[in-house]
Amino acid sequence: MTNEQLSQPSERETLTTDQQIRRRTLKAFALFGLASLAPVGLWKALTAKPLDQGVPTALRAILNANEQVAKAYFSNQHLAPTYAVSEAAKQVRTNGSVGLRSSLDTEAWQLTINQPGKSLTLDLDAIKALPKHDLVFDFKCVEGWSQVQHWAGARLADLIDMHNLGTRTGKRPTGEGDYFKHVGMETPDKAYYVGLDIASALHPQTLLAYEMNGEPITAPHGAPLRLIIPVKYGVKNLKRIGTITFADERPRDYWAERGYDYYVGL
Amino acid sequence: MKRIVENTHPLAIRWFHWANFPILTLMIWSGLLIYWAYHPYKIQVVGVPLITLFPEWFFNGLHLKRRLAEGMSWHFALMWLFTLNGIAYVTYTFVSGEWRYLLPKRNSFAEAWQVVLHDLGIRKAPLPADKYNAAQRIAYSSIILMGIGSLLTGLAIYKPIQLAWLTTLLGGYAMARLLHFALTIGYVLFFMVHLAQVARAGWNNFRSMITGFSVVDENV
Repeated sequence: MTNEQLSQPSERETLTTDQQIRRRTLKAFALFGLASLAPVGLWKALTAKPLDQGVPTALRAILNANEQVAKAYFSNQHLAPTYAVSEAAKQVRTNGSVGLRSSLDTEAWQLTINQPGKSLTLDLDAIKALPKHDLVFDFKCVEGWSQVQHWAGARLADLIDMHNLGTRTGKRPTGEGDYFKHVGMETPDKAYYVGLDIASALHPQTLLAYEMNGEPITAPHGAPLRLIIPVKYGVKNLKRIGTITFADERPRDYWAERGYDYYVGL
Repeated sequence: MKRIVENTHPLAIRWFHWANFPILTLMIWSGLLIYWAYHPYKIQVVGVPLITLFPEWFFNGLHLKRRLAEGMSWHFALMWLFTLNGIAYVTYTFVSGEWRYLLPKRNSFAEAWQVVLHDLGIRKAPLPADKYNAAQRIAYSSIILMGIGSLLTGLAIYKPIQLAWLTTLLGGYAMARLLHFALTIGYVLFFMVHLAQVARAGWNNFRSMITGFSVVDENV
């Protein structure tokens, strides 16, 4: 080819390039359009009915898979950072009152503990007889806010240990596998209820709290005894505990029934 | 004479780029559903609030209210796709050598200013010929750092006890949430500039991001 031919291309060659451009553009855009159906399909799959406790089945399955990942990493060695007592809020937020609306005689209150083949009733003094632990930590609400709060009470793990609770044998555990998989807690009126995995229940910062800022817990905060569990969002920190139940099946959970993740582990 | 230049954008890069678009859109949408439940941020200058993030009409207009549970389920499902797509993109750019066009060079930070002046029509002289100019190199690298930032701040607020070291490193739970939010605002600003630049660059440039090839007219 000479230089002249290069600078003055024939009509046919130009058309061929243009045709090529047009053809390849159309093909690429058609494929692009087709590929755009992938996110549409994903949307359909993730929103497909039926709902599983308020969440489309596929999304619920992913939440449960996330739970397995989180459980594999969870450790009793991973502790919530703690603060000085002086940093704790004086005005402690109360966010929920479900389960607290009926009247309660705190003097007559008793804690009922159930598990297959075993049942136990304890009063507040039995909880207070266990070693007392103070905990100043950043309480986290599922809504997104957090607040440094000061609580005190007995470790749930100590209660379990003291009364040989939570094991299928009803005796002291010989390994982690001896424990029931879940712990359920309910308010005395059964209006509010949470389910916990046993590992979170046995976490050393999980407390049965009877004091807030050095004083007995007030009614709106869950007198006489409430759960403080830093490895979960506030929704699991059940106030005014009435019953504690150990089981292998997941206990019912108030907010999981309303579309939230069951585990909500932090 | 028109000539087709093959492989302006490798297929893998186009794929990761376009996959990120619906993923990030849904992440921002579900993030807003979560943010509504506690939306304390505002922009203020010397104590005078200028903009509330966000005003009522914004939440109402986009139907973002009382959908926290839904937002969380979406966010914690799509986080996997966002992360995997990001890892795939970064891995590809390194393996293929594309990073050479994308990472800022030593003079990029000085040159980026010339790009800004050029794009605003103040500097008349053409920019040095390169696949991506200095400002693009900085922008396309920053957006990857922002993605890593979103992942880390996201993890810090998702598992603040199990990953307490990370949350503490990022300035605590509340700070990590603020950073996570600020990065999202960053994406939106990036997107607006990106769209304007794509519109300015014209059809040939846009087409190349879909077809992979671009067309040069050698008579001009």
